[in-house]
Amino acid sequence: MRRDAQAIILLLVGGGMLRLAATGDYLNYVKPYAFWLILPAGAILLVVAAITGWQAWRDRREADDDDGHGHGDPKVAWLLLAPVVGMLLVAPDALGSYEAERTGTVVGAEEDRSTYPDLPDDVDPVPLTLLDYAARAIFDDGHTLEGHRIQLRGFILYDGDEPQLARMVVSCCAADARPVKIGFDGEIPAGLEPDQWVEVIGEYTPRQGRDEINGELVPYIEVESITGIPTPDNEYQ
Amino acid sequence: MPHNGNVSADLASRETPAPPAPRRRRGPTSLEALALLLVFGLTARPGLTELFAAPAAQAWAARFVAVCVQAFPFLVLGVALSAAIAAFVPAGFFHKVVPKRTALAVPVAAVSGAVLPACECASVPVAGALVRRGVAPAAAFTFMLASPAINPIVVVSTFVAFPNDPQMVAARVCASLLAAVTIGWLWARLGKTEWLKLPAHRHHDGGKWAAFWAAIRHDFLHAGGYLVIGAAIAASLNTLVPERWLAPIADHPVLGVLALAVLAVLVSICSESDAFVAASLTQFSPTAKLAFMVVGPFIDVKLAAMQAGTFGRRFAARFAPAVFCTAVAASVLMGVIWL
Repeated sequence: MRRDAQAIILLLVGGGMLRLAATGDYLNYVKPYAFWLILPAGAILLVVAAITGWQAWRDRREADDDDGHGHGDPKVAWLLLAPVVGMLLVAPDALGSYEAERTGTVVGAEEDRSTYPDLPDDVDPVPLTLLDYAARAIFDDGHTLEGHRIQLRGFILYDGDEPQLARMVVSCCAADARPVKIGFDGEIPAGLEPDQWVEVIGEYTPRQGRDEINGELVPYIEVESITGIPTPDNEYQ
Repeated sequence: MPHNGNVSADLASRETPAPPAPRRRRGPTSLEALALLLVFGLTARPGLTELFAAPAAQAWAARFVAVCVQAFPFLVLGVALSAAIAAFVPAGFFHKVVPKRTALAVPVAAVSGAVLPACECASVPVAGALVRRGVAPAAAFTFMLASPAINPIVVVSTFVAFPNDPQMVAARVCASLLAAVTIGWLWARLGKTEWLKLPAHRHHDGGKWAAFWAAIRHDFLHAGGYLVIGAAIAASLNTLVPERWLAPIADHPVLGVLALAVLAVLVSICSESDAFVAASLTQFSPTAKLAFMVVGPFIDVKLAAMQAGTFGRRFAARFAPAVFCTAVAASVLMGVIWL
C-alpha cells in the first residue's frame, strides 16, 4: 500500500471517529465517557494522517524515480475500511427489541447490592431506572417501592404475545449489551409497537415472572398509563 | 439500484486508467484502488442501507462498529506508547532496568504490568516494541498478559462489580499474576525464537520524531487491520450464538467453568468492564465467573488476531492454547483457595 493511500485510510478512520463524537452517534455503540477517549484518539489519527500525507508528497517531489511503493507495508490495513464503512455509511442503530428478545434479563448483577435508600416523598411520580426498579422489586421485595408512583422509561418488546418494557444495559460497548425487562400488570393499551419508546407510570406489584431464556426473575409493574416518548439520545443505560 | 450501478461504473471508468503516465506503472496503484472503492461505497450507499436493514444484520453491524470504536482509542494509546519506546528509549535502557536472569525478569515484568492502565488492545503493540528493543520475549509476554488484568482501573472496576466479595478481586489478581508468570517461565523453557515473526520496521534516518510518527502509522494500520478481523469474528459469534445454550450447563461445576472460559474467548470484552458482565452471569459459580475474568484479558478472538499480526501466526497458534489452559488452571486453583 502506498504512503498516500495509508494517509487517506488514517484520515477516514480518524475522521469517522471524530464524526461519531461530533454527532453524538457514538452513544449508539459505547458509554458516554468514551467521548473522552474517541476525541483525542481521532485527533491523533488525523495528525498522523497529515504527517504521512505531507511526507508522501515531499518524498515524491524529491525522488521522482521512486513512486512511493512501500515494501513490507501492511496489506491488512485495507480491512480498516470496513469499520469506516460501518461508521460513516451503514451507521447502524442502537440495539433494541430484536436483541432484547434473544437475550436473558440482566437483573442478577444487582443481587449483591445491600442498600436500597428510601425514595423521596416529595416527588411524584418517582423516576427510576429499570435496573433500579427491578433490583428493588426482586431482591428487596419491593419494600422501598410501596406507596410511591413510579415512572420508568424504556422500549417495548414482545415476549410471545405479551408486551414488556426493556432497556439495554451496556458495561463497555454495545457488544456486551444485555436487557433489563419489566412486565406490565393491569390495563395495557393496545397497539404497542416493538422498539417504540414509552414512559410508563404505575405502582409496584408483587407479581413476578421468569425470563425463559436464562431463568431470571422478571418483575411487573401495575400500569397506570403508558405514553409514547421520542427515542432518547442515549438508548443504553 | 441499476441507476447507481451505472454511476459508479461510469466514474470508475474515468478513474482507472490513471491519465498522464510519464513514469512507468504496473497496474492500478493502491491510491487509485482506494479512490475507486470510495466512489463505489458512496454511490452504493442506498444498497448498503438495504443490505443492513434486516434486524440481525443491523445488530451485527452495531456490535462490529461498537467493538472497533471502543478498541481504537486504546489501540492508538498502545501504538503511541510502543512508538515512543521504539523512538525515544535508548537501546541499552531495558538491559539496565530488566533483571538479567529471565527467571527473575518474568515476575518483575508481571508486577510492572500494573503501571499501564489500559486494556489488552494497548498491551499487544507495547509488548511488540519491548521485544524489538531487546527485552527477553518471556518477560515481554508476561507483561503483555499481566498488564490488562491487574492494572488499577481493572482492579477498581472488579471491586465495583462485586461489592460484597472483595475476595473476587484478590482471586482475580492472584490468578492473573500466577498464570502470566507461568506462561513467561514456560516460554523461557520451551519457547523458540523462530516462532516469532516481528514485522520489519523500516529504518528511518529522518531523526527520532520521523521514526516516532512512522512507527505509529505502521503499527496502527497493521494491528488495526487485525483488530478488525477479531471484531468481525466477535460480532458474528455474539449475534449467532444464542444465549439459551448456556443455561443447561451453568449448574455443572466443571462444564460451567469451561463454558464461561470459552465465552470469554468468543465475546472479546475489554478487560476494564468484563467484571460487570461476569457479575451478571448469575447462574454460574464464582469460580466460573473468575475464569471468565482471567481468561478474557489473556486470550480472545480479537487478541488472537492481533497477536498473530504482531508476533506471527506460528507464534499465535502455540501461544493461544497454552495461555487458555494456563488461565483456566490458575482460576480453578485460586477459586479453590479464595472463593
